[in-house]
Amino acid sequence: MNKHYDAIITGGGPAGLAAGIYLSRAKLRTLIINEGTVGGQMVLTHEVANYPGVESISGYQLSNVMKKQAEKFGCEIRSNVSISDLNLEGDIKSVTLDDGSLYTSNSMVLAPGGRSRTIGAAGEDLFKGRGISYCATCDGDFFTDKEIVVVGGGNSALEEAVSLTRYASKVTIVHQFDHFQAFSHAIEEATSHPKISLLMESVITAFYGADNLQSVDIKDLKTGRVRNFKTDGTFVFIGYVPNTEFLQGKVELNQRGEILTNADMATNVKGVFAAGDAVAKRFRQVTTAVADGTVAALAASAYINEIKSKQKQLITA
Amino acid sequence: MLYTNLTHVESAAEHTKIIAENENVMLICGRMGPMCIPVYGIAEELEKEYGHVKFCDMEFDNPEAHVIRNLPEVRGFMGIPFTIYYKNGKVVKATSSIQNKNQITAILDKEFGVAVKA
Repeated sequence: MNKHYDAIITGGGPAGLAAGIYLSRAKLRTLIINEGTVGGQMVLTHEVANYPGVESISGYQLSNVMKKQAEKFGCEIRSNVSISDLNLEGDIKSVTLDDGSLYTSNSMVLAPGGRSRTIGAAGEDLFKGRGISYCATCDGDFFTDKEIVVVGGGNSALEEAVSLTRYASKVTIVHQFDHFQAFSHAIEEATSHPKISLLMESVITAFYGADNLQSVDIKDLKTGRVRNFKTDGTFVFIGYVPNTEFLQGKVELNQRGEILTNADMATNVKGVFAAGDAVAKRFRQVTTAVADGTVAALAASAYINEIKSKQKQLITA
Repeated sequence: MLYTNLTHVESAAEHTKIIAENENVMLICGRMGPMCIPVYGIAEELEKEYGHVKFCDMEFDNPEAHVIRNLPEVRGFMGIPFTIYYKNGKVVKATSSIQNKNQITAILDKEFGVAVKA
């Protein structure tokens, strides 16, 4: 199967969906290829209350509305697929999926978003859902009257540590630096909480247990000493990483793996644009992702129309 | 309330009926949260491919969900969703927390047989 499009968008979060809406509404044949669930990280947001024009809506519902809008204008969407190969060079770009499907296009919009960072310590996969969690609101009540660890030092980690004190009898925050990166009010609330204790300049190096998590190894980064620490659960909030591993060597990335773009959301590769949380920028919101997607789509439209115009001139010459 | 396009199981009686009337059942018991929504999304996609499997969901906080929460197979689970796979009314597999599409299709293929593409 080989299908050609004017534009292919990799990623179906708010940036990819906004780009899909604009490109397909411009009557350009558009395909969104999404490796996860349509909506990206937006779909995971319990309540979106700062999206202009919508008083309050769940991220799941907002995702579905954006998806419907894109499809209404003719945008095709393939979700929960895996990309096995990507070619951005030359006038014709291509994406191959692991089921062998090949899609080509004149232009590409990269909107792969990001994902929660994991610790990467031994045993982490084994105890996911059996003591290790990445969502306090989802799993907090399983840890009622239990002693838990929260990993991280940003706003999410400290705010979730405080919220988990509603359930847990004791919360120990493990953070790799000697200071927190969170806002001062979050630091004050967490550090003054009677149920919360701190292990600074420390990291978890291994998880242990039988059916459930029972302990972790914690390494003191100052002394190098590792000690075993009894715990019933570990909640991990150590930020996000861009989903750009598949773009290594294909488009210019910064040291954090974020895609570099200009003001038109164009990358260093001709005909390739980028949008959303995977782009190098300071602020990451649903609104900024939608704005990125809009700019990328309009710039891609101009690029595609320019190509088509040149092709017409060659044919008529 | 689960805002999904899956069949909703709302009572213990409905649960009994569904696993009795369908040879292969995947039931996701969760909330509308970050760990559950991706699993619902994958199930909605797979429903089109796996015609021989009944895909459904149940609210974790529904008191009737005791039929899931009290299963011996979920003892020790500390992350939602609890996803239960039934064959001929018996639990053949149960998972805790978020799973990706490859993990889910591996279970479906092993326990219920591979999808028949139209």
